Amino acid sequence: MIFDLEIFQITLLSLQISAFATALSLVIGLPFGTLLALGKFPGRSFLLSIVNTGMGLPPVVVGLFVAMMLWRSGPLGDLRLIYTPTAIIIAQVVISFPVVTGLTAAALQALDPRLILQLYGLGASRIQMIWMLWREARLPLLAALMAGFGSVISEVGASMMVGGNIRYQTRVLTTAIVLETGKGEFDKAIGLAILLLVITFLVNWALTWIQQRSVRR
Amino acid sequence: MKALVEIQDLLVRRGEHPALQMEHLAIQNGEVLAVVGPNGAGKSTLLLTLARLLKPERGEIRFNGIQSSAESDTDYRRRIALVMQDPLLFDMTVFDNVASGLKFRGVHKDELRSKVPLWLERLGVGHLAKRRANQLSGGEAQRVSLARALILEPKLLLLDEPFSALDPPTRSRLLDDLGTLLKETATTTVFVTHDLPEAAQLATRIAVIVGNRMRQVSSPNEVFNSPADEDVSRFVNHRQAK
Repeated sequence: MIFDLEIFQITLLSLQISAFATALSLVIGLPFGTLLALGKFPGRSFLLSIVNTGMGLPPVVVGLFVAMMLWRSGPLGDLRLIYTPTAIIIAQVVISFPVVTGLTAAALQALDPRLILQLYGLGASRIQMIWMLWREARLPLLAALMAGFGSVISEVGASMMVGGNIRYQTRVLTTAIVLETGKGEFDKAIGLAILLLVITFLVNWALTWIQQRSVRR
Repeated sequence: MKALVEIQDLLVRRGEHPALQMEHLAIQNGEVLAVVGPNGAGKSTLLLTLARLLKPERGEIRFNGIQSSAESDTDYRRRIALVMQDPLLFDMTVFDNVASGLKFRGVHKDELRSKVPLWLERLGVGHLAKRRANQLSGGEAQRVSLARALILEPKLLLLDEPFSALDPPTRSRLLDDLGTLLKETATTTVFVTHDLPEAAQLATRIAVIVGNRMRQVSSPNEVFNSPADEDVSRFVNHRQAK
């Protein structure tokens, strides 16, 4: 397989979409997971079980609902987002947000609960207390980030359904693999699959390096 | 002596049951008050209430004559420091651990660089400044935990059985050092323990809590020789017999 411009464009788009979706999931999931872990309010356990269920959401089901929402005749049809990279990002956020939220909540709940008392007892404000807890739980939080990224870079169903696999616009590595396999172009499909594996490995290797560096320090 | 803290008609619940009831307690400026009593009597409840980590259902706590609820929890807590039974050090270096409380207060880095080594030395752990907290022994970790609290120069130091997890020789050395430091700095201290000799060694006065009520506050001698009631007498004799 020749590494032409199209493959470079597909790879770049895959990375951009999944990185943006993971970052967005982190921005929403980290505070929400923290609220679920530390908050005391009615319905907290129920919300936590919904989030935990969401961690195993099948991407095709997410694709179906996001497509229905963004479809021309759907409630958000006027935004004209269906078959755009933004639609894929929305679907991927729906997939990875529960992963990041659930693992954040689990990471914080695994900390010694007396840490909160100790932090307050040393004069920490609420924000400082939360920052310190995130710092203490940074290893599992980085694992949450890796899991979030892994859940979106590898998914194909939702990207196909809401992105449409349009050449030069919404074709990403996973949907391109499906396309090439469908055409019987196995050598291309295998090449793309190896590329996807290498990228996933490199991203996780970088995150693991950051994680392990903080263990050694 | 002027009271630093004054508690009036206090009721604290933990769950359904009253965890602590107290009609009156005045903690004098500069004194070390040991709080003793059986397990579950309400000693730690008193400490957590004083740290405003538990909300009383009823009653008043005055700090320097001002009702404590007149200021925010954070402002209030920045005048105290809490040391718990386990050191609960953060996953960072010893230096950073000791600096953490000052950083919460926005203290400048230059001040941290001058103050932290000083307090580490005072607690005898100056050589450990660069060590990770998880590489310390129990005694070293508790010394770091004490340095982390004392560096804040708190108006009120709250100690919740800080020596109970240590072996007897380590405990004895740390107790001696802490006693000297508290005298030098004249830090008002509330010190929860179930060890009467420890209480007698460190404290100016002893408060005995039995059955979630404070039964007696007086000098160590008075508690040992003239217990206020049967329960106090039973507790003191039982503990002394151990």
